[in-house]
Amino acid sequence: MKFSVLVNEGPYQHEASDSAYHFTKAALEKGHEIFRVFFYHDGVNNGTRLATPPQDDRNITQRWSALAEQHNLDLVVCVAAAQRRGIIDADEMKRHGKDANNIAPGFRISGLGQLIEAGIQADRLITFGD
Amino acid sequence: MTDETMLEEDGHSGGVVKKFLYVNRRAPYGSIYALESLEVVLIGAAFEQDVSLLFLDDGVFQLKKGQDTAMTDMKNFSPTYRALEMYDVEKLYADRESIEQRGLTEDDLIVPVEVLSRDEIKDLMAQQDVVLSF
Repeated sequence: MKFSVLVNEGPYQHEASDSAYHFTKAALEKGHEIFRVFFYHDGVNNGTRLATPPQDDRNITQRWSALAEQHNLDLVVCVAAAQRRGIIDADEMKRHGKDANNIAPGFRISGLGQLIEAGIQADRLITFGD
Repeated sequence: MTDETMLEEDGHSGGVVKKFLYVNRRAPYGSIYALESLEVVLIGAAFEQDVSLLFLDDGVFQLKKGQDTAMTDMKNFSPTYRALEMYDVEKLYADRESIEQRGLTEDDLIVPVEVLSRDEIKDLMAQQDVVLSF
């Protein structure tokens, strides 16, 4: 089956990002297709490479990046939600005159249309986080 | 919303039309869900899908007339619901129980909605291809 995944909660405070990751990984391992993982609301905070959790804890962002590299997974962070919350890539940094960017490898910033497209293209859109 | 619209390509769906239901369950202020839900609806309108909006639980407060946010420094985005018609988003539904429990009537709402029973909402949800709940 072809799935799209929507992540609406930030990492660590709630388990939604973990559940989304485990679902995505399990689906891929079972041979399903993940059309896209879309990060919205505080979910965009999954995409910062600057998070530094304790060594003995899972690193949620690095885990997404590794999964993306392994499976050529499309990880999309909503631009409007990201701008509000300070998740920024090199292009956005330049466009808004910021002095840094923090997007993690394997993530890209794009528009909400990518979420609608994910709903259209997939057999099922699965939401994590309320 | 302007930045977003500028970045967004024209909606393209490859001719596929699916039934999208946006379920709005939260009060307009106190969290960002209502505002960011509205942003999805507006962007999604370019994709020419079969869109419905349902207001449920505290979500019915999103449609309350006479919202005044001057004291809280929040953006009053309630006029946007009136503009949905221009985006061809015309199927607006609200849950009867939620309206009544909150001491509201249809006259308190900023846009006309079709008021549904829980049973009718069950059917509405069952008909959808994509349900996005905010």
